[in-house]
Amino acid sequence: MALLQISEPGQSQAPHQRRLAVGIDLGTTNSLVASVISGSASVLKDENGEWTIPSVVHYTESSSPVIGAVAQEQAASDPHNTIRSAKRLMGKGVSDVESSWLFDHYNFDLDSGSLPAFKTAAGNKTAIDVSAAVLSALRSTAEQTLGGDLVGAVITVPAYFDDAQRQATKDAAALSGIHVLRLLNEPTAAAVAYGLDSGTDGVVAIYDLGGGTFDISLLKMQRGVFEVLATAGNTELGGDDIDNVVAEWLLKKAKVDAPSDPGAGRLLLRLARSLKEQLSNASTVAYSEKIHDVQYDGSLSIEEFNALVEPMIKKTLAPCRQVLRDAGVSKDDVQAVVMVGGSTRVPMVREKIGEFFNQPVLTDIDPDQVVAIGAAIQADVLAGNKPDSDLLLLDVIPLSLGLETMGGLVEKIVPRNTTIPIARAQEFTTYKDGQTAMALHVVQGERELVDDCRSLARFELRDIPARTAGACRIQVLFQVDADGLLTVSALEKESGVVASIDVKPSYGLSDGEIEAMLRASMEHASDDVHKRALAEQKVEGARVVEAITSALQSDGDQHLSDSERVAVDGLVDALKLTLEQDNTDAIKQAIEKLEHGSSAFVERRMNASVKQLMAGQELEDLERTLVTSNDVTENNS
Amino acid sequence: MQVDFSNNYFELFELPVQFDVLQDQLDTRFRSLQRYLHPDKFAAAADAEKRWSMQAASFVNEAYQTLCSPLKRASYLLTLNGITLDEETDTQMSPMFLMEQMELREALADAPDATDPYVALDKIAAQLNAGRTSSADEFREAAQQEDWVRARTVVRQWQFLEKLASEVQSQEARLDDAH
Repeated sequence: MALLQISEPGQSQAPHQRRLAVGIDLGTTNSLVASVISGSASVLKDENGEWTIPSVVHYTESSSPVIGAVAQEQAASDPHNTIRSAKRLMGKGVSDVESSWLFDHYNFDLDSGSLPAFKTAAGNKTAIDVSAAVLSALRSTAEQTLGGDLVGAVITVPAYFDDAQRQATKDAAALSGIHVLRLLNEPTAAAVAYGLDSGTDGVVAIYDLGGGTFDISLLKMQRGVFEVLATAGNTELGGDDIDNVVAEWLLKKAKVDAPSDPGAGRLLLRLARSLKEQLSNASTVAYSEKIHDVQYDGSLSIEEFNALVEPMIKKTLAPCRQVLRDAGVSKDDVQAVVMVGGSTRVPMVREKIGEFFNQPVLTDIDPDQVVAIGAAIQADVLAGNKPDSDLLLLDVIPLSLGLETMGGLVEKIVPRNTTIPIARAQEFTTYKDGQTAMALHVVQGERELVDDCRSLARFELRDIPARTAGACRIQVLFQVDADGLLTVSALEKESGVVASIDVKPSYGLSDGEIEAMLRASMEHASDDVHKRALAEQKVEGARVVEAITSALQSDGDQHLSDSERVAVDGLVDALKLTLEQDNTDAIKQAIEKLEHGSSAFVERRMNASVKQLMAGQELEDLERTLVTSNDVTENNS
Repeated sequence: MQVDFSNNYFELFELPVQFDVLQDQLDTRFRSLQRYLHPDKFAAAADAEKRWSMQAASFVNEAYQTLCSPLKRASYLLTLNGITLDEETDTQMSPMFLMEQMELREALADAPDATDPYVALDKIAAQLNAGRTSSADEFREAAQQEDWVRARTVVRQWQFLEKLASEVQSQEARLDDAH
């Protein structure tokens, strides 16, 4: 139990008392979980000795879903209940599903609610459900291997994922009972693994072509700080698309139409994938396979294959140009080009991207493992296992965030490639006399028209005092957190009327929906859900006690009056008492009371330390000031 | 914002309040502030600390982005000196300047149909860059003389140039995508 690994309040944490945290690469095709064990990050193997599991879930009427390789085996015999590539539908709406290639391979329920769902023997399953099932499997692999409950996980997402797709990923984690320490962009994770390994300083390009998504990120690395300069990509481009073009080619060669039977479709895609993989190490590959009634015979040469994939590779070049332009960096400034993702095994990809950047690309790291490894390294730091770590990741939002204004136009509030977290405020005025409400429509994207951008949320600011047009000033604040998730609030300045929203409704789940889904999934869950909830609440409670106690010890007297101190101590003791009993709700309430009761202390303390930092009294800061003054001298001479 | 960062951006970065900044010093200070404030340093902390960290890190990011960009820095200096830009109500601009802008806009609109669109765009970009450099020079001079009326005029013109420059970039991106 992780609970036993948390130190008693007041004691400093002994080095062996590690908090168990993992990095998870939740991929379109395959998923991995990694963790830092005795100082080095490695991918964890499941009970079958496999370190990668296919992101495939097989649903049946009677029993719990089956995940991974065993599920994949059902793809041909039970295609509609065997869901793969669900990541492509994360955060997507009905119209997105209709235009996706997945539409032809599954039965969808597009009417039942806000989210499109796969129709399966176990009922309707959204992409979030499918991802949650994959995450659950990874969690149990991790807990078995590491021998305890997880404190949390860093889950990677494509850098180019929009707010809705990120929120959907976080929802899936909540459904699977994983506490998300951070959503981390996949190329940034890869950069961490690569950079810490190679010790490179300078600008590095990470080209990440996975099973279903493509990202390109430019990062500046300097002494443990990884600063993303720009990122671009395409969340619907990857190895899946290569399989599809090869499958089409096979059909054309065999002079037959696409099989109407979905099971045959899966087998054809499997053949296509196998040919693709063989061509990573061969110049030509022969095939002979009977799929249902059709015999497929022939051979595919690397030249023919290259001609098939070249249009796809070309599609990745525009985002490459865009990041260079956005970062204001020339190709010559790029010190290394790192290949990430299984699809970069295709020789033509390596060749063309090397040509584009005028340098050989780096392929010496395992493109499948590097993202999970990087995530594990950050998870270890975030869990607090490495208090002296220099590692710092400064990431950006991939797509501009804005509001709809008159005439269906978009006013950008936070432009793409802005470093996060960030808060930006913009003032708007009423446009009609006597107007008492204002509708706000939050969108994400680069286009100027609302209809061309992704709609994230709509909400209303009501009870604005009725004035003449333009007299009321409404301030809209966009706050993007370190996970890249947006919260919007609006305030009428004179009257103080406030409205705010966590941006998620358009394609995400409301908290109520998550709760309902959790309850539903609990009915099928094999482990004791209540016990788990209690254990999690105890871990959380112990964490809070530890955080507050150590803060009180270091400078409680400085920031609190005697009576305030007594009050906070009382709340700490009350929480400690609930931790000894088995009442989940009581612990939760005691945590809330303590957090509320200590908020003034926390704030005073933080402000004091910033003042101290700004006064240059921090040792680390003193060193930096010295370095800086040398720089000044050089610049002046 | 809950956190009272009463210091202005320059003070936060230990820089003199002036138009010219030392980029190295800005970068070093930025990293050392974020090493301390960033939400990743508070992942295991209480919720109040997490919120504080997000607001503080947002403030530092905003300050850094403002100081890194010459135009934003210039606008910020105007604000510090109590000058507002009033973009919407005040539309008076020098006719000469507006004429030049119209010509540049026409050139931009025609660029996609040029024999070599990239060359056409490069030519516009070069003109804009020259304009931005001289705007920076002129602003520096006006600020040194504390001639804020002139400094304000420079910033308003500079904003036009910056907007147009970003449109040149979007045009380039569209050309790239078409290839």
